[in-house]
Amino acid sequence: MESLPQQPNYSYDIAIEVKEKVTMKDIEIKGMVSAHCIIAVSIVMATIVPAVLLDDFSVYGTHLVWLYICTGGVAAVNIAIYTVLGVSPPAKKNTLSHKVTKVSKSCLYFMFSCLLFHGIIVLYGAPLLESASETFSFAVLLSTFTTLRCLCILGPNGQAWIRVFSRNGAMSIWDTSLQITTASSVIGAWLGAFPLPLDWERPWQVWPISCTLGATLGFVAGLFIAPIWIHWHRKQLTYKSK
Amino acid sequence: MKRVPVLALVLWICLLFYVGIWIFLSGFLLVKVEVNRSSSCKDELFSKHDSSHTEHFCWSEPRFKRAVILIIDALQFDFARFDPEIKDPRHFQNKLGVLSEVVASRPAHARLYPFRADPPTTTMQRIKGFTTGSLPTFVDVCSNFGTNAIQEDNLIHQLGQNGKRVVFMGDDTWENLFPNQFHRSLPFPSFIVKDLHTVDNGILQHLYSTVESSDWDVVIAHFLGVDHCGHRYGPDHQAMADKLTQMDQVIRSVIERLQNDTLLVVLGDHGMTDTGDHGGDSQKETDAALFLYSPSALFTAGQEKALQEVVPQIDLVPTLAQLLGIPIPYSNIGKVMVELFALGSPEDQSAQERRQAEALWINANQVNSYLDTYSLANKDLSPVILAHLKDTFLLAAAEYKALFGVPLAGGPEHSSRVQALIATFQQYLNQVRETCQASWARFHPLRMVAGIAVLAAACALCFITSDFADVVGASYRRLLWIPVVCGAVAGGGVALWQFVTRSEVDVLSSLGMAALVSQLSFFWNFCRRKATRVFAHNPSDLLNAAADAAQHRPALTWPSVPLVIFFLRCASLFSDSYVVAEGRVATFLLSSLAIYIPVQLNWAGRLLLLFEAQKSTPTCLPPQPSTPAASSSYKKESLTLLGCTGFLVASLYASHSFHGCRDEQGGCEPSAFLTPLSGLRDIQLRNFRYLLSVSSIIAWVCLVRRWMRHYGNMNSKSPAVLVARFGLPLVAMFVCLYWAMSSAPYEGFGNLQEVVKLALLVFPRAVYVLFGLGVAVVCWDPLMVFLKTRKEPATSLLPPTYRASTGVSLQAELQHLIPHIYQRMRKSLRAGEREGAGREDDGQPTVEAYGLGTVYSAPLLLVLALLGLVLAMLHPEGLMLSFMLLLLQACAILHMHSAATSLSTPGSRAGCFSVSWFAVLMWGLAATQFFYSTGHLPTFPSIQWNSAFVGLSEVHAGHLAPALLVTLNTFSSQILFAVSCPLLLLWPLVCESTKAGKRGRRAGEGEDREEAVMEMRLRENPDRFSTALLQLGARYLFIHGAQLLASVCAAAILRRHLMVWKIFAPKLIFEASGFAVTSVCVLLGLALVMRVDSAVSDWFKRLIPDHSR
Repeated sequence: MESLPQQPNYSYDIAIEVKEKVTMKDIEIKGMVSAHCIIAVSIVMATIVPAVLLDDFSVYGTHLVWLYICTGGVAAVNIAIYTVLGVSPPAKKNTLSHKVTKVSKSCLYFMFSCLLFHGIIVLYGAPLLESASETFSFAVLLSTFTTLRCLCILGPNGQAWIRVFSRNGAMSIWDTSLQITTASSVIGAWLGAFPLPLDWERPWQVWPISCTLGATLGFVAGLFIAPIWIHWHRKQLTYKSK
Repeated sequence: MKRVPVLALVLWICLLFYVGIWIFLSGFLLVKVEVNRSSSCKDELFSKHDSSHTEHFCWSEPRFKRAVILIIDALQFDFARFDPEIKDPRHFQNKLGVLSEVVASRPAHARLYPFRADPPTTTMQRIKGFTTGSLPTFVDVCSNFGTNAIQEDNLIHQLGQNGKRVVFMGDDTWENLFPNQFHRSLPFPSFIVKDLHTVDNGILQHLYSTVESSDWDVVIAHFLGVDHCGHRYGPDHQAMADKLTQMDQVIRSVIERLQNDTLLVVLGDHGMTDTGDHGGDSQKETDAALFLYSPSALFTAGQEKALQEVVPQIDLVPTLAQLLGIPIPYSNIGKVMVELFALGSPEDQSAQERRQAEALWINANQVNSYLDTYSLANKDLSPVILAHLKDTFLLAAAEYKALFGVPLAGGPEHSSRVQALIATFQQYLNQVRETCQASWARFHPLRMVAGIAVLAAACALCFITSDFADVVGASYRRLLWIPVVCGAVAGGGVALWQFVTRSEVDVLSSLGMAALVSQLSFFWNFCRRKATRVFAHNPSDLLNAAADAAQHRPALTWPSVPLVIFFLRCASLFSDSYVVAEGRVATFLLSSLAIYIPVQLNWAGRLLLLFEAQKSTPTCLPPQPSTPAASSSYKKESLTLLGCTGFLVASLYASHSFHGCRDEQGGCEPSAFLTPLSGLRDIQLRNFRYLLSVSSIIAWVCLVRRWMRHYGNMNSKSPAVLVARFGLPLVAMFVCLYWAMSSAPYEGFGNLQEVVKLALLVFPRAVYVLFGLGVAVVCWDPLMVFLKTRKEPATSLLPPTYRASTGVSLQAELQHLIPHIYQRMRKSLRAGEREGAGREDDGQPTVEAYGLGTVYSAPLLLVLALLGLVLAMLHPEGLMLSFMLLLLQACAILHMHSAATSLSTPGSRAGCFSVSWFAVLMWGLAATQFFYSTGHLPTFPSIQWNSAFVGLSEVHAGHLAPALLVTLNTFSSQILFAVSCPLLLLWPLVCESTKAGKRGRRAGEGEDREEAVMEMRLRENPDRFSTALLQLGARYLFIHGAQLLASVCAAAILRRHLMVWKIFAPKLIFEASGFAVTSVCVLLGLALVMRVDSAVSDWFKRLIPDHSR
């Protein structure tokens, strides 16, 4: 008899909770939009600012310079934003030594992913010895677009990474955005390889310019697609907490 | 199991494709047989009986001693015309003023003609055209594909024969076409289309000094600037104006330097379209300019016409030959330009006409003898027309003899008869040209469209068959026999109608009709079948449908990404750059597909690599694995998948090191493995390479034998096992010996040369014989199963139900019995795998069959191993490494396929043998990739001709055997992958054994369901087995057929492309022959599997009476 009056109350609670969740999500999406906009702006700035400041700078001509500036800019902005937002999983122990191991582990992961990308790119047909520095720079760029964001959002946790890239693995909208941006930058790089064999002899067909541009464009597209897609599907997206 | 309908259906699909290819090619490829005879001055004009005439084939007094021939590539007729009316000329107009100036000022010395080329209007074909006087076609069936040099009689050859010194400068195509035939040659590279000036400036450096000197009789200068300018900027561009002005200057300067005995010919080899391209048959492409000039009078004054008639390009050949006093090239079908022979004073008309008639007479004679020779060699010219032409010629010849045979002449009657004779000759020559043109030099758009339609419909049919194999498999009568009969009736009807109305049968149209009607009938029946299927409630169909529904489509079957990748693959055939880079494109797509599979599985949550720590999130786990044993087997499977993916991608990278190089690929070095060992100077390196090849051949043999031993196929004494045990190593040994002999330097052996020669014949022949024997033995008795009978009384094991049915017919008995035997078999099978007869199961098996689990794949693998060795022998020794890589890579793909299948469809796979698209696509891409990695390229010069005489003496080999060997060599990758195609179906079942064995051991021995049944599953579902085979064959054919269709469409759409005869058409030929070889081999592979199946049935039939007694 006592349980009867509680039932509507209970469902009411659920309704509130759902509503809270939705509003939470809206706030989070807004945060994501601004974060992604800042990252995209950093890429645009990395292209414009050196063109103004440096004398003979062009994206095609001095491609490596652009590549380094872009990589550095995106990396710095990413790290800064995600530190400020505090997206990464809370550390169990907040000691200095723990932080140091985490950072060093992240660096190790990053280096490893650069080498892995380099290997994959070579296996896909990039020249092995000549223009190895260009290939490696491209690998670093790809790692910045994918691995670095994984590190920022998930921390150096391989299992969590594997989890994120499965259909039901996303646990927050940041995970979903990670899925989208990673996939879009990798697909962009893959598509960027298509013009390489053509005999048009354009300046952007030189290895690895079309691939880096493809990856960058894919990344930027992913940055814009992610919040839109999440907003569109916000009703369907339910995340289970850990 | 339905064997005949499955094979018949696949064969029918293949035939549809063949008909489509044939119809298309007959409209696209212009085929002509080359006649390798050359004319000489001593050829007699009259038959030998007429000894009264001693006229010769050449004129004793040539009109000109010397000639300067300026070829301006792509000089369209509009470029050469000068029209003062035009107020505001475009960039290409009114720039060559010199031509019309000279024509106006000296009408008896110069004339400008429109000069019509025959398609294909590409430079190389055109050079062939106006030097041989023939219509060069794409496939000039000649003695040797390997060289580009012109084999037919031609002007350059005749000039050289008659002691003329030919100086050539310009486009280096000439140097390839006429190697070592010039007195002096200054070739410049023609390939760099962007470069407007190198060739022209190179010519100009030498042209004037050469013309002024006296060390020449004929100067040929081929300018490329105008053509390159058109390709780069199009005709309406300032650069074209500059170029044409430069050419104007050149012609002026040359005219100034000419002497009286010299003829100047300025010609364009073809025109260009408004975009600057050429190659096709539009008027802008075919109409070039021809300008003739000489300081001495060329034409009779006062005969110039206002509008010049169009001169066909090949007419230049007899004209030049007669003007220079050399024999007309043997294969010429052009007609002399008579107005050039009407020389002398206008009053003496009879002398003029006599000259003209004589020129035409010589010309007609040569054409007639050419037609005689050609019609002997090839029958593609209609005999009716040929007979008519012959009659015309004989009449004209009689008239000529009557008029000029006797010395007296004169009178108006005589003159009119001569004029009539001239007209007859001209008419004759025109008719000959038209006949030949219709046969050799015209695309047939209707045939091309019809061919494409048949091919597209065949592709659709193939796709339907593969995707609805259960529907098709359930109703062969409606979907196979009725369409075939309809098609046969329609084709026969068309043929009969043609025979009745025109009394000759056009095979092509009746075949095309048959194909189209049978396809339509198939689609019609299929649609009706699908529509009625829902209502009919046919029990067997319903069963299939239910099974399909229960088996919710596995994660990888529906091709989203594989479809995209396949689409990209087909689209890549439409770009010349991609066709050039095809080897790399195939590798790129294949590794993309390989990497996509684990990513996709991970996305679907099926890749259980690191999940065991995360058991708390059950949503990520597939519902199936509950026991730790199953989970660990999943983990193992995932690791296998990842390992195989890594290995596959790495081996794809390694396979690049065997690629050859096309001409179009700049900065490419052909693989060092492609040079045969005998070509290596360094002895150390040679020995090392030989050892490498030998060790990989040993690894090849050992791997195959080890696999068979592992699955218990090496135990019995059946002949097939003997082949595996002794035949395979023996073949490998002979191959090694052959390589050793062929790579040894000849001089090293001294007296033993005869022995070496003999060995070079004996060893390959031994390999062929052993291979033939091995295959025959495997076909005769393909079972590699070792049977061990126990002493225990068999009857006691049979359940009472069997006893009750003893009175029933043998058929019913068998149906009851076979499952029971299986139960025994299943139990004993695992013991057989372990080869431990001592370790028994709990039950008391009566029969132990070793190697029954791989009863289908073992013979297939054996045949493949033998075939691979034979194919490797036909290649340079170094490529054995590539073959080894092929084997490993195929293994990796098979393992990936089976791991992915078992990961994506958890639970029992009993009864579902469908092979997913991605596996078939990977198989097809791997076939393409290894075509390149065995050092082949889709170009004719790159065919490995050395393989034609492996084991054959070059003297009396005939044509068939060398052609077969070259085909085997060229398409070895397609052959291996197509024959091994059924392995895709068998492998997941073979791989089942390891994991099921483990699972079973932990779950307890009692469960029959968990036992490894392996390929016996196929025996249990004979209908599904045949359906699965049909589906697999249809899918594999679809992959290749769609590529063929893409290639055909590319050739048809881009038939005016600059590179059509260099890239697309050869690619099409290779793709088509590759498809033919593939389809035949798919059929052979399927037939072999079915042969095994029938042998297995017989075996069971024999077995059961033994034990029921």
